[in-house]
Amino acid sequence: MSNFGFNISNTRVISMDECNMGNVERLHLEVPSFKRCISCGACSATCSAHQFTDFNIRKLHNLYRRGQYAGLQEELKACMLCGKCTLVCPRGVNLRSMIINMRKILYEANKR
Amino acid sequence: MAKYYWNEYQKTIADDKYFYERSCIRQTFFPGSETAFLRIVREELGKDIYDEMNQHTCTGIGYHADVVPLETTMTVVARLFSLMKDAGYTNYVPSCVTSFGVFSEMVEIWNHQPETLEKTRDYLRKATGREFDIPLNLVHPSDIIYKYRFELKDKMKYALVNRFTGKPLQVVEHIGCHYAKIFPEKGVGKAEFPHVLAGMIEAWGGEVVDYPERRHCCGFGFRHYLLQSNRGYSIANTKKKFESMEPFEPDFIVANCPGCTMFMDKWQYTIAEMEHKTYDKDGYGIPVLTYEEMAGLLLGYNPWELGLQLHQVQSEILLDKIGIPYDPKEKYKAADGRILPKPERPNNLLV
Ligand code: SF4
Ligand code: SF4
Repeated sequence: MSNFGFNISNTRVISMDECNMGNVERLHLEVPSFKRCISCGACSATCSAHQFTDFNIRKLHNLYRRGQYAGLQEELKACMLCGKCTLVCPRGVNLRSMIINMRKILYEANKR
Repeated sequence: MAKYYWNEYQKTIADDKYFYERSCIRQTFFPGSETAFLRIVREELGKDIYDEMNQHTCTGIGYHADVVPLETTMTVVARLFSLMKDAGYTNYVPSCVTSFGVFSEMVEIWNHQPETLEKTRDYLRKATGREFDIPLNLVHPSDIIYKYRFELKDKMKYALVNRFTGKPLQVVEHIGCHYAKIFPEKGVGKAEFPHVLAGMIEAWGGEVVDYPERRHCCGFGFRHYLLQSNRGYSIANTKKKFESMEPFEPDFIVANCPGCTMFMDKWQYTIAEMEHKTYDKDGYGIPVLTYEEMAGLLLGYNPWELGLQLHQVQSEILLDKIGIPYDPKEKYKAADGRILPKPERPNNLLV
């Protein structure tokens, strides 16, 4: 290959055709309030785990919403289930339940 | 449905007496196109078009890369308009889509801010002692070819039809972003349904490919390209377009902007070198023509005089499909009769 001094950047487009949106629909059934999220990030801002580590709950549930599950199961383990995020969410998203259910659904999906 | 929308958005295109301004880069990359345009306007349409000798850049590339300040661009544009005034013309026709966008923008600013117009007049006077008028009609050359597409069709020797199958050629049209995305009402068909190239293709027998990324940028993007380390973003955009058009198997691409023609042509070589990938079936790439070259070919002009051999992707396969004769021995013959050395062959893209 010739060296041009640059590489072709990877596109950041998510192809929805290639995502398994079934997991998202399941979470909507289990935790209907998940639909109300406006991605404000108040949950991440208040999260104790986020203060000291890279753990970012808004990022993780956004990735989940877009069907991007790679590595999520492992990352979600950092949550202590303290529920602070649930207290601050301006949209009344039941985050604690959302996190438990994301873990459950991903566990079952990855077991298969 | 789309045709219905296109018909709604038309613009005034002067019918004669044009002042032509050349592009900075087209004469290097597509050297036959501007000559072909002048020939078409003068010989085929019998119109008056003035080719000024003392013209210069519009600053477009520097302006959009933030190295030329707005006031400078305005004064440089004013000098170009002063050349038109001296020549006694009022209809300005810039060869380049970037220039067209820059002129439209400056005129728009002057129309909204008379004090800025006065300031520009003052700068030009101080710098050069010249006076200028704002053009009465500002159009891109592709607008003129579009306006007279049916008149030209009557003179054409060939059509955009595959002579082996009898079917219309599948043509990707790409409109430069600065043609209608800055000022939609200044483009035929506005920004969403620009009809300027589609109209030519349809009138001349071809079929327009309506692929998902049809309106996406070609990847030029000025400052995105100027730094070598940033070019990965530029080429990623072009790649996205090629991936999107590939399943439609286009016979060729036609563009009305110097940057688009160049990038969609040359990046095919770069992608082939980097990823061993071409977007046609046989590894030759998809030819990218300017609209003047497309019109010139159909009018029966010599492909080598149009400069098709200077493109990255070679067009013999396309010429064969349309049935245009060409002499391979003449391909690298200079105007003075010398045979020029053949260009180096790319590693992956076939020529
Ligand atoms: S605080 Fe609530 S609304 Fe804001 S990002 Fe977190 S879940 Fe979504
Ligand atoms: S429940 Fe988890 S995500 Fe929410 S604040 Fe506590 S540690 Fe952070």
